[in-house]
Amino acid sequence: MLWLLSRALGAAAVLFGLGAMSVWLTHNVETYYYLVLIQCGIAATLAVSLNLINGITGQFSIGHAGFYAVGAYVGAAWTMLWRPIFAKELPWLEIGSLPGDVANLIIALALGSLAAAITGLIVGTPSLRLRGDYLAILTLGFGEVIRVTLLNIDAVGGARGLAGIPTLASTGDLAAFWVFGLLIAVSLLTRNLMQSTRGLTWLAVREDEVASDAMGVDTTRVKVTAFVVGSTFAGASGVLYAHFFTGISQDIFGMDVSIMITTMVVLAGTGSVTGAIIAGFALTAMPEALRFLKDFKEYRMVVFSLALIIMMLTRPQGILGHAEVGFGSFVRLYQRLRLGVRRSAR
Amino acid sequence: MSELLVTRAVSRYFGGLAAVSNLNLTVRSGELVGLIGPNGAGKTTVFNLLTGVYTPTSGDVMFEGKRVNGLRPYKMARIGIARTFQNIRLFRALTVLQNVQVAAALRARQGFWSAVLRTPRQVHDDAAIRAQCMELLDRLDLAPYADTRADALAYGVQRRLEIARALATHPSLLLLDEPAAGLNPNEKSELMSLVERLRDEFSLTVLLIEHDMRVVMGICERIYVLDYGEIIAEGAPDAIAEDPKVIAAYLGTEEA
Amino acid sequence: MQSFLQQAVFGIQLGSLYALIAIGYTLVYGVLRLINFAHGDVFMVGAFVCYYACTRWLPFRDLSADPAGATTNIALAVVVLIITMAVCALLGVLIERFAYRPLRNGLRIADAHFWGLVAALPVAVRLGPFSHPGVLLAWLVIGVAFGYALRPVVAWIARRSVRATSRLNALITAIGVSFVLEYGGLLVVGADPNFVPTIVPERVYVLPGGVRVGTPQLAILAISLVLMLVLRYIVTYTRRGKAMRAIAHDIEAAKLMGIDTDRVISFTFALGGALAGAGGALVAALTHVKITPLFGLLPGIKAFVAAVLGGPGSIPGAVLGGLLMGLAEAFVAGSKASAFRDAIAFCILIVLLLVRPSGLLGRHVAEKV
Repeated sequence: MLWLLSRALGAAAVLFGLGAMSVWLTHNVETYYYLVLIQCGIAATLAVSLNLINGITGQFSIGHAGFYAVGAYVGAAWTMLWRPIFAKELPWLEIGSLPGDVANLIIALALGSLAAAITGLIVGTPSLRLRGDYLAILTLGFGEVIRVTLLNIDAVGGARGLAGIPTLASTGDLAAFWVFGLLIAVSLLTRNLMQSTRGLTWLAVREDEVASDAMGVDTTRVKVTAFVVGSTFAGASGVLYAHFFTGISQDIFGMDVSIMITTMVVLAGTGSVTGAIIAGFALTAMPEALRFLKDFKEYRMVVFSLALIIMMLTRPQGILGHAEVGFGSFVRLYQRLRLGVRRSAR
Repeated sequence: MSELLVTRAVSRYFGGLAAVSNLNLTVRSGELVGLIGPNGAGKTTVFNLLTGVYTPTSGDVMFEGKRVNGLRPYKMARIGIARTFQNIRLFRALTVLQNVQVAAALRARQGFWSAVLRTPRQVHDDAAIRAQCMELLDRLDLAPYADTRADALAYGVQRRLEIARALATHPSLLLLDEPAAGLNPNEKSELMSLVERLRDEFSLTVLLIEHDMRVVMGICERIYVLDYGEIIAEGAPDAIAEDPKVIAAYLGTEEA
Repeated sequence: MQSFLQQAVFGIQLGSLYALIAIGYTLVYGVLRLINFAHGDVFMVGAFVCYYACTRWLPFRDLSADPAGATTNIALAVVVLIITMAVCALLGVLIERFAYRPLRNGLRIADAHFWGLVAALPVAVRLGPFSHPGVLLAWLVIGVAFGYALRPVVAWIARRSVRATSRLNALITAIGVSFVLEYGGLLVVGADPNFVPTIVPERVYVLPGGVRVGTPQLAILAISLVLMLVLRYIVTYTRRGKAMRAIAHDIEAAKLMGIDTDRVISFTFALGGALAGAGGALVAALTHVKITPLFGLLPGIKAFVAAVLGGPGSIPGAVLGGLLMGLAEAFVAGSKASAFRDAIAFCILIVLLLVRPSGLLGRHVAEKV
């Protein structure tokens, strides 16, 4: 049980550090940059969660924004529609005070993640029988069906979207805490998994499903688990987005968002967690830097698309491939540059 | 010797085509049995039936006395049937050691959550698996390649890795699908001694598909001959070599 | 009953258009096993070419002022159709040559120049509207410069070890091309919707039962039928067509039989592009819908579903699928669930992929273990 204690202490330390950082950031960084930072964190979480499905188990899912949306809507539904019903009986659910806010956010996160997980199960299970392009198109289809369905539920705003979600403890001081906490959680989960033998079986499913089946890997379970875990984190990100940006609308979960997230995973390197994080930050921060350009959204899409095409033509495994960025990689990079490209391994 | 694997009147149809019909095979514990036949006879289909890739259209496959029709391949691996593939199917981006670790994972007791949380027990188990795998690599002379990517290996080494990977699942029955294909004569001899050695050291039963008659006659104790999905002969190597039906299947009959 | 038939008429019109686009998808999938995501945008380009041809480039008479000009207009309309089909065929060939072929055959120097030109587009657009010759010149200059800048990169890549590409890379590339066309289009022509005014005389016939059928709808049906028959002839009886079918069966064997696969594949894209372009022209000129650079996306996806519905690689299947999709959409649009008009396509797709991935008329090819 000692390890449990040490883990708990470690977790507490990290949480405390995150909280402190969050408060510091809120008070010392201009709001605009803070918002961009939070968006980067959310994007990175989405990328890492998609990486579980696409990069690690090799299933090509391009409808990820659907899970994001489900989480956002369910979380918002709790806070705006259902919570008031419960709050009448349970006064501690009233928002406005820190404990109440935190409790509400946690419940919203739980519900949103659960809804997203169920959606992930629904999408992932039939996908088992499909491969490659067909799977991609199926997930795209699901993403669109989810979007259209959500847009038609008037209770959550219908086509106009949902605005005025009360900001809970997530804004103000602790937004960075929640967002980066989530990012750390999903990254840690992925990293631990990948360092274990079980993680190797997931990679095996990507490499050759028939062979892994023959070697005793329950490929169905692996693939569905990847979908469910990936969608859960996407849903949680959605809850955070809804509460931090206080409004959700069409923009956040259309096909182009799904493709943007897929781009992040593909460009950075399918299978690389640090790559996904870097890509999430880079591809979210860069457009902000270019905001001064007129028509910047179109530019951004054209530039991204070109980058995507060039990357596919030149280095389809992404910049990092399956590798991770760590201290060792800088050392190796330096060595390779010194010795010349000739001597690189493969 | 107990009967490890028995098929009773197993047939497999694809639409109207009978790929395999009325297959009655028996393999006893510890035997080294060969399955031969002309190309297209259905040998790999038989393997697929025995490993759960296909479900028999009719008939029963009995393993260790229990009916295993329709079990999915990964379950077949878990009850002790392992196989290699005719066209090598290694996990190409993974290293040699990792390929074997994947196969060893099926004996692991820890699940997804232990892995994610990195419990001490899981870390310990993983280390044990790793050690076991290294030992297995050592016994198959693959240890020097442990950290090499599977697709960077020489062909003969890849074939050996396929076998090592199958062994990592701790099987009772090992199915080898043309393990000598593409090997030069030296390598074939090495393979022959390897298979015999493995059968003895790991207490295996081996069923092997092969085209090279030297290999088949050299190590198989008993041989089944398949043609057009049916068994046309069975027996010791010498008897098979003289069987007129077998000769007809491979070489055709004389013009009358 | 009357509204049912009316919806059916609309459905057939829609279906013919979907069929035209779907054929392009199915041809390419048959030959390359690639889902050409950008195909719907070729349709969009066709609509725009038609728009410019009808409103700016060709001297169409204003029929309200000069009814006698109808014959001239009809002749010009045929010219527009031909121009549109030619441009879109060329576009299809370019896309294949510079986005998909490098995945099969490796990068070439020429690819660097093409993409340099494309990359120069967002830059040139900042300088002014494309109708200005100075802007066009600037685009060329910048494009060539980018091309030369990209050449060493391409050469370096080409020297390195073999990349393992999969069909998923091709799919992502296709998605990239689609986005370039869409958002590049937005940069060049802007987001304001345009539409083509009436250029040929249009009459409405009222059939017994109250069903209204207009000449545009008849024209769409007729022209689509003619094009499909011509295509069927090409695919079945000409050498190129047979080569296409051979490649669809087994590309390696086709090469060994002396078929210049690259040429035939280009031809396939040209055919598909021409048909999509025709669809775009018909839509723009005869239905007068508002066209924007993004409007090809949804029809493209629906036509893709139609192609999958009919069975990938099967042309009659694509036609059948297109008709079914058109009818389904028409009936949904006319019913109470009209909000789901676009989603119906995806619902059909999902059900189809789960139940019968080989489509209604296709063949299922299992993976060999």
